[in-house]
Amino acid sequence: MVDLTTRDIAAVQRRAAAESITTKRRSQASMIITRFLRHRMAVFGMVLFLLIVILAFLGPLVWHWDYFIHREIPSNAPPSWDHPFGTTRAGQDYLAQVMRGTQQSIKVGLVTAILSAVIGGFLGAMAGLYGGAVDNVIMRFVDLLFVIPSLVILIVVAGFLGASTWWQTALILGAFAWLNTARVVRGVVLSLREQEFIEAARGMGASNTRIILRHLIPNSMNVMIVDFTLVIAVAILAEASLSFLGLGIQPPDVSLGFLINQSRTSVWTRPWLFYTPGVVIILIVLAINFIGDGLRDALDPRQSQARR
Amino acid sequence: MLVFIVRRLAASVLVLLAATFLTFLLVDLTGDPLEMLRLQTPPPSPSTIETARHALYLDRSLPERYWLWLTGIGDTNGDIGLLRGKWGPSLAGSEIGPELGERFFVTLRLVIAALLISFAAAVITGVVSAVRQYRMIDHLLTLIAFIGLAMPSFWVASLVKESGTWVNDQVGSTVLFTFGAASPNIEEMSPIYQFNDIVAHLVLPTVAMVFHGYASISRFQRASMLEVLNADYVRLARAKGLRNRVVMRRHALRTALIPIVTLGALATAGALAGAVITETVFRWRGLGTFLVEAVNDKDVYAVMAVVLLTGMILIVFNLIADLLYGFLDPRIRVGSR
Amino acid sequence: MAVDGTDVAADVVADEPGGRVRARPGEVVLELNNLSVGFPTDDGMVQAVRGVSYQVAAGEALGIVGESGSGKSVSSLAVMGLLPANARVNGSAKILGTEVLGLSDAAISRIRGNNVAMIFQDPLTSLNPVYTVGFQLAEAIRAHNAVSKEAARQRAIDLLDVVGIPNPRQRADSYPHELSGGMRQRVVIAIAMANDPDVIIADEPTTALDVTVQAQVLEALEAARQETGAAMVLITHDLGVIAGHVDRVAVMYAGKIVETGTTEDIFYTPRMPYTLGLLGSLPRLDESRHQRLTPILGTPPSLVNLPPGCPFEPRCPIGQDICREHEPDLELVDASAGRTGHAAACHFRDQLEGAAPTDLFKPTAIDPEVAIGDTIGDTIDDVAEETQTDVITSQREVGA
Repeated sequence: MVDLTTRDIAAVQRRAAAESITTKRRSQASMIITRFLRHRMAVFGMVLFLLIVILAFLGPLVWHWDYFIHREIPSNAPPSWDHPFGTTRAGQDYLAQVMRGTQQSIKVGLVTAILSAVIGGFLGAMAGLYGGAVDNVIMRFVDLLFVIPSLVILIVVAGFLGASTWWQTALILGAFAWLNTARVVRGVVLSLREQEFIEAARGMGASNTRIILRHLIPNSMNVMIVDFTLVIAVAILAEASLSFLGLGIQPPDVSLGFLINQSRTSVWTRPWLFYTPGVVIILIVLAINFIGDGLRDALDPRQSQARR
Repeated sequence: MLVFIVRRLAASVLVLLAATFLTFLLVDLTGDPLEMLRLQTPPPSPSTIETARHALYLDRSLPERYWLWLTGIGDTNGDIGLLRGKWGPSLAGSEIGPELGERFFVTLRLVIAALLISFAAAVITGVVSAVRQYRMIDHLLTLIAFIGLAMPSFWVASLVKESGTWVNDQVGSTVLFTFGAASPNIEEMSPIYQFNDIVAHLVLPTVAMVFHGYASISRFQRASMLEVLNADYVRLARAKGLRNRVVMRRHALRTALIPIVTLGALATAGALAGAVITETVFRWRGLGTFLVEAVNDKDVYAVMAVVLLTGMILIVFNLIADLLYGFLDPRIRVGSR
Repeated sequence: MAVDGTDVAADVVADEPGGRVRARPGEVVLELNNLSVGFPTDDGMVQAVRGVSYQVAAGEALGIVGESGSGKSVSSLAVMGLLPANARVNGSAKILGTEVLGLSDAAISRIRGNNVAMIFQDPLTSLNPVYTVGFQLAEAIRAHNAVSKEAARQRAIDLLDVVGIPNPRQRADSYPHELSGGMRQRVVIAIAMANDPDVIIADEPTTALDVTVQAQVLEALEAARQETGAAMVLITHDLGVIAGHVDRVAVMYAGKIVETGTTEDIFYTPRMPYTLGLLGSLPRLDESRHQRLTPILGTPPSLVNLPPGCPFEPRCPIGQDICREHEPDLELVDASAGRTGHAAACHFRDQLEGAAPTDLFKPTAIDPEVAIGDTIGDTIDDVAEETQTDVITSQREVGA
């Protein structure tokens, strides 16, 4: 045998134990936020969205014109200091109109997304978790409503039920938006159910409730958050489409889609009337999509961040 | 294989019928087809209204109305019943049928053109983006896709149309067609000219529709391609000594295309939605404009007809997508081995 | 040696008139010289491979052993030119004397699948699901030989036969998902040997497979070697797979080779504490059932910002100050010499003569606060005692 100075084994064990935790332990939340902030586009989207929201909701409070017709407003005027976005033929300040339309769009978008998340999340989770008859019934119903193209059925419903106020539009959009959310959530729950960590949890004696709370919900949250942002964007576009066709928010209230419809023959003669509402929609949806992209990357731990 | 197709179609048709029933419930209970009539000035006499009610079968019960609409079996004027090839009476007193057929094909060609070009453009740019990931071209294409997704279809369509008109004005003659699906005198043209005329009228509307469709598909294609590029079998193909171009074409692209096909369903729904908007802007006489008119007139049977037809387009294209999927991916080949 | 994108002399290896250059017995077919590979990440540069050198002669089999993260796979991928684009590769890798690092796509493609072939770990994902097995085999053949489709197909069928696939003619028209894992891996081996390579690199070929299938796959690998006369580099973390299948072994840790020698050298007279630890953690059939395993405590180091000394020092029972300050070089032990000599990277390589794993690694689990050190056996025993459950640890105990 050999003469070695072997160290105290216990000391080695303690050191090994201590040093095996070599990476900093950060909380889940802070890691997600860090990853999100690394996404330049997502942060830009966030800022842009906030700016637009502020403009839409606080703007009307500070701007001295409202969106109604006023006799003293010149008709069809080009942009000026007094009317930065020009005026309409009827005699309304266009900036005020655009701000109001943006406000309505955002409201519709948010409410639709909330409805979709609540209904779709609930039904989707039920279908995924309990399977069997429950799953069948819910999914057949979803299939039923999916077989008709979305805009077609929206046009029919909006036309017959009426969608002239923003909350009517939101309700109608929400009544169809939940379909996709339900499918998505069901998919996540189904795949989670099969995973081994659920089996392991059951093996340790965890009850169904505990499994739902500590495992299924947190993992579905990621998917649902991303879906939420996407629904906002889709809803804003859908609302604009409906009003463009004359089936959504009607005068005297304002919708960006309606404004675009009114101004589409003036693309070359009075472009400010056509481009301002269009650009606003583009910016909002762009911002939301950037945020959604950033959230998706931030919430998915499997993404590796290899630099180029 | 044939059995599969038939079974799928049968199942889908059942679902579609169930959906039409729900739709019928909705429109029948909430819409009054005689609204337009009642609002006329001078107001029509009660007997006029009664005749109209009878002509539109409004004096029957709801289930009976639906039954008549579906089958036409019972006490009818011979103008209703899908099984008998009739779409039902319209307010104007005439049948819906003939006009619908023409409109159907108008919409169909727009949808097909838009889908084909969107997919082609998206696949190409998606592949380029994935292969040159993080380089300038990738960022540029991604930005274009993002913007394309954000632009409302009606805004783009309007812009395209008005620009077409502007170009025509500058040039002094009609180089770009911005109005309608075909020239008014198309009947008088020879087949070749007819074909050219139709294609020429398709140009601008298709351009308008492709923006949005291309944007969503290309993102998907990029993601799918990226996933495939990192796959083991692509690495093995390289390890065999195959040149990069061959690996890309034969191994990466082929497999990356498979998930794209599943987008077919969604893309078709999107294309139909886009068609409604585009037809409105370009004043095409297609199913889309028909629908909007019918909804505004509360013309129940016309609405039902459009719902049914668009549903059918969706079902058929879905089926095609599924068959294509089975063709591309041997793991889920349909039918027995 | 620098790496650049030139087309240097690939023809010497691949396209000589009158046929390919073949290795002479004893000639070195694969030579790595101070190969280093780094990956830039958000946390810094990860040094996956830190100066690896070895040589493989014609017909020889070298086994590379190491944990995940030791760099064993990355070094081989570097030789094949299959690393991601952001990898920074330095050093030299030569196949039959020709430098292969930094070659253009055209040049390296002539060598891949031709002079050097690679087998990957997961047979499930190694084969393209949309093409038949026969097609993928024939593809490999036609990539380097101008033969007709029929000839390639025939050769493919012959290859399937060599690796032990039953009914090769029918099987050639099967899709990968129709084959079992073991058969798929054998197809991959057939692809590797299709063009009589000079060296086959097998990266954990059995890790994803059941034990019973492992034997079949290793057999197929042997058959491939016999048939082609190729040298082999067998990468694995499983010492059991190494024993009996290779001539020489290289043990890797933290991106470097820490010990190398013949199989006997490594298994019977290891001279590096890590190797001793690996041997000690192998369950052995010839020892008493109650012999405790001696695991190596701790975890492998992060490859970003490695400390200056020996990377194994934090987990080493005999680590001293010198270990923390100077990283030991891979130097020959005793009187051994030459390429096949026994070398170890430890300051105490000479003192470790005759050492057994249990001399260094004590099988104890004393401090409950240091629960990481518990052996699995202890935990099971404790739980069984507390809950008064019977524990089944081997087939022998189940009434056989």
